Amino acid sequence: MRPENYQLVALPNSDEYELFIGPNHPGIEGNYAFKLKLDGDRVISGKADAGYLHRGFEKLMEGRLWIQNLAIVPRICVPDPVPMEVVYSLTVEDIEKMEVPLRGQWIRVMQLELSRIASHLFTFGGHAATTGMYTPSYWGVADRDLALDLFEELTGGRVYHIYNIPGGVRRDIPNGFLDRLSDYLDYLETRQNDYDNLLFTNQVFVKRARNVGVINQEQALEWGVTGPNLRATGLAFDVRRDDPYLIYNELDFEIPTQTAGDCLARILVRRDELFQSVRILRQIIKHLPSVKGPVRAPIPNPLAWNVSMGESYCRVESSKGELAYYTVSDGGPKPYRVHVRGASSMHAVQVLENMAVGQRIEDIAQIMFSLDACPPEVDR
Amino acid sequence: MKKIKYEDIGSILNPLKNLQFFARKPVTEPLGPRPAAEIYRGFHLNDMEKCIGCSTCQKICDNAAITMVKVPHLKNDPVNGIRNLRPAIDYGRCCWCALCVDICPVGAIELSREYVHTCNGDEVDSYFMLPQEKGMHGTVEEKGWTKTETNDLLDRHRQKMGEMAPEERVDNFDEIVDGFTPEQAVLEASRCVQCGMCHDSCPTHMHAPEYIRAIWKGNVEEAVEWMYETNPFSHVCGRVCTHRCETACSLNQTGLPQGSEPIAIRWLKRYAMDAVPHERIKEIAASKKSATRTGKKIAIIGAGPAGLTAAFDLIKQGHEVQVFEALAKAGGMTRYGIPYYRLPDDILERDVDVILSMGVKIQYNTRIGKDIAMEQLHKDYDAVILAIGLQSGRSTRIPGSDHKDVHSAVELLRKIGSVRDDIKAEKDPGFEIPRSAVVIGGGNVAMDIGRSLARYQKQQYGEVNMTITAIDAMENFPADDVEIKESLEEGITIIPSRGPQEVMLENGRVKGLRTWKVISVFDDDGRFAPQYDESDEQLFEAEMVIEAIGQMAETDLLGEELTEQLEWQRGRIKVTEDGATSVDWLWSAGDCVNGPDVVHAVADGHRVAESINEALSVER
Repeated sequence: MRPENYQLVALPNSDEYELFIGPNHPGIEGNYAFKLKLDGDRVISGKADAGYLHRGFEKLMEGRLWIQNLAIVPRICVPDPVPMEVVYSLTVEDIEKMEVPLRGQWIRVMQLELSRIASHLFTFGGHAATTGMYTPSYWGVADRDLALDLFEELTGGRVYHIYNIPGGVRRDIPNGFLDRLSDYLDYLETRQNDYDNLLFTNQVFVKRARNVGVINQEQALEWGVTGPNLRATGLAFDVRRDDPYLIYNELDFEIPTQTAGDCLARILVRRDELFQSVRILRQIIKHLPSVKGPVRAPIPNPLAWNVSMGESYCRVESSKGELAYYTVSDGGPKPYRVHVRGASSMHAVQVLENMAVGQRIEDIAQIMFSLDACPPEVDR
Repeated sequence: MKKIKYEDIGSILNPLKNLQFFARKPVTEPLGPRPAAEIYRGFHLNDMEKCIGCSTCQKICDNAAITMVKVPHLKNDPVNGIRNLRPAIDYGRCCWCALCVDICPVGAIELSREYVHTCNGDEVDSYFMLPQEKGMHGTVEEKGWTKTETNDLLDRHRQKMGEMAPEERVDNFDEIVDGFTPEQAVLEASRCVQCGMCHDSCPTHMHAPEYIRAIWKGNVEEAVEWMYETNPFSHVCGRVCTHRCETACSLNQTGLPQGSEPIAIRWLKRYAMDAVPHERIKEIAASKKSATRTGKKIAIIGAGPAGLTAAFDLIKQGHEVQVFEALAKAGGMTRYGIPYYRLPDDILERDVDVILSMGVKIQYNTRIGKDIAMEQLHKDYDAVILAIGLQSGRSTRIPGSDHKDVHSAVELLRKIGSVRDDIKAEKDPGFEIPRSAVVIGGGNVAMDIGRSLARYQKQQYGEVNMTITAIDAMENFPADDVEIKESLEEGITIIPSRGPQEVMLENGRVKGLRTWKVISVFDDDGRFAPQYDESDEQLFEAEMVIEAIGQMAETDLLGEELTEQLEWQRGRIKVTEDGATSVDWLWSAGDCVNGPDVVHAVADGHRVAESINEALSVER
């Protein structure tokens, strides 16, 4: 923890006091501390501290073979690990000028969207729990688990899939997988009403979330907000559409937006996005069987793979926002530098600190969760 | 999708709609462990019989969770590419990424669908375990994540090297293969998993993993430095070595659907040696030479690979070395036995030149026993090494085999090689080329003489009429597969499973070879005792019959007295492991001890040099 976080409050005679939230608390998906200065219930200022989940991913990656890093990257965002694997692979492929076979690209997009669904379901539950509603968190986690079952079947791992590899994906999809995916999507659609009734149109929740943690579009752009949090302020920016990667330009989907920029707007954008992902997956289920060919391009022996000298910056739209990797190779068997632009690193630091000012203490957890930040993305 | 308006605050009664859940069937999950997915990445399995202990899994493991453990009761045979090391997994570190499965050269290590393991207090060590075929609890029936063609991470196939087409090469002695280009060499070297099986299996224990890695890094000089640690005949071995390293290579696997070829270690060696300038190689070799002189003198009989390797080592150690060679040039069997198209003389010359540049002296055209007596050597030198090779061919002793047109392969190859001493022209080997010939034998020497004569036949008569026949079945031919393949491509007929019975003569000239069909070569005890089907007789018409069924040493140079003094074992001089004979000043090395093979001769040269150095140091 940085020394400035230990400073004592300088005004002993006022009503101001300091409150240390975390590092374990319901407001975020991991260990994350938030030091607040309060006047009564009102927040005067806040200082975010991500250091409780420090594993030094970026530095670790410099010491490992290109392929060994595949096992590290998903850990940078546990609820939504697939974009990490994909974007890392994309940068390596970009440096090596490697072409991913079409089938591999379709399978990647399938995982990306399934992962987005799993991640948003997690956020619904988490966000609701910060307002004291626990049923949506049980539901969210239970329904997310069904997605993890699919991931388990597809990749062999429930949480850390380690399924993408520079050049494509490690294996083809199992027999009958698309049918089971389709069943899952059917099920999710039947659940829509339940979630709406319980959460999104529940007056108890709506009133609690509306006008809390508001940011406008100007602020959002200035602070580097991306993803659903940006779209909740009315700007329909989505990397999938505005800078398409893989086969996203062949897919038909909408970019849901809201304009209010508060906690409710953010969760409603996520709700709509989840069903857009369902729509994308339906298209993939239809298309994938007709895309024949290998799922990955061959790579050299991973123990002696000198990736060509070069650098690459690739970005994808993760469930948290714009996720990018800047990868540099000096032509050796290990990366010279990998920099992760985690979407949450903006949301959970300057956005949160600014947004907290003037809010009431009981809303802080909700504001944090509505930003859907992932602490390891902040302290890589 | 139903739209929700932001302005809509919803009804306070909305949640009550979920009272309908009381009417729905409750979701219950069983308490026991659920079966995992078909490709689940659970605890490890390892097929102990299939695993070769190459430790590639350990190298790829990103968490250092794998330790190679020696399992004493398992087979440890690095020459055949098997070690008794097996991976043990530390589940405190493993992240179940399954890269170990994907990279395993043989497909032995796999993951199961097991994911529950508990233990109490004193069993905490059970998180560190040696995976077995049936898993850590011995109960696994179904595998999880296994190796498939898709997830295999290794580059299984060799770089294709350019070579002359059969019709281009059959009428000349030009070298057949082109050698790797720098790009090919780097790619080929990159396939190596650095298991070190090659090092263990090589008779002279060349640092193959190190030089392959150096070539991969683009540092050919470093590669050559590694080679000169163990092999002063790297040019020769880069072309004609029997490459046990490639047999032992972890990537030399059969039974995988994707196929798997060993690293072309021999061609990589050749590439590095060719890529470094000759003068630089001399410097590299000289850099290890001792500055002090011991004053000891050693005589070496025979300037072949064994003799010259010993000379190279001894001169490095500071001794004075004098080599005696009966023929006009150095190289022994590598010059007078191996045809030019496999090993060009100028390449051999480079290896010899490096050794000479170290200060080794060779006296040519000097036959010990005739020009100088052994006793004289004993008097003049502190030690003598006998590295005389196997210079005379064995005979089948079948009727007619004493005819003047029945030759031994080594004798003809020596003539062919000797001609080259003077004229590079390839037209005249110094004996009459038969229009048709039959070779008895299925080894590399048989192929060498067959292919050499076929070239002369093509030059002189415009067609090849050459038959190679042996008592072995085709799959048991001792010759390298590539030799057989190339012989066939060059128009040579190979007929397996024929036992020679008689050289047919007509009017004092050879008419052909009469053979019987072989039923079996060995008896039940594994002894050589061929059984024939006499009804299946075949006559190969030929003007010349060549015997290539093995070689013997010519030991008459020793003289009667020394022959008496020495201990013998089955016709060969008995030596210790270090090459010392029963006479304290005489050592013996090379083919005459270990049978014909260049790299064995090199290894022998090192051993003998070491032994002599030790013996002389004690005296000092």
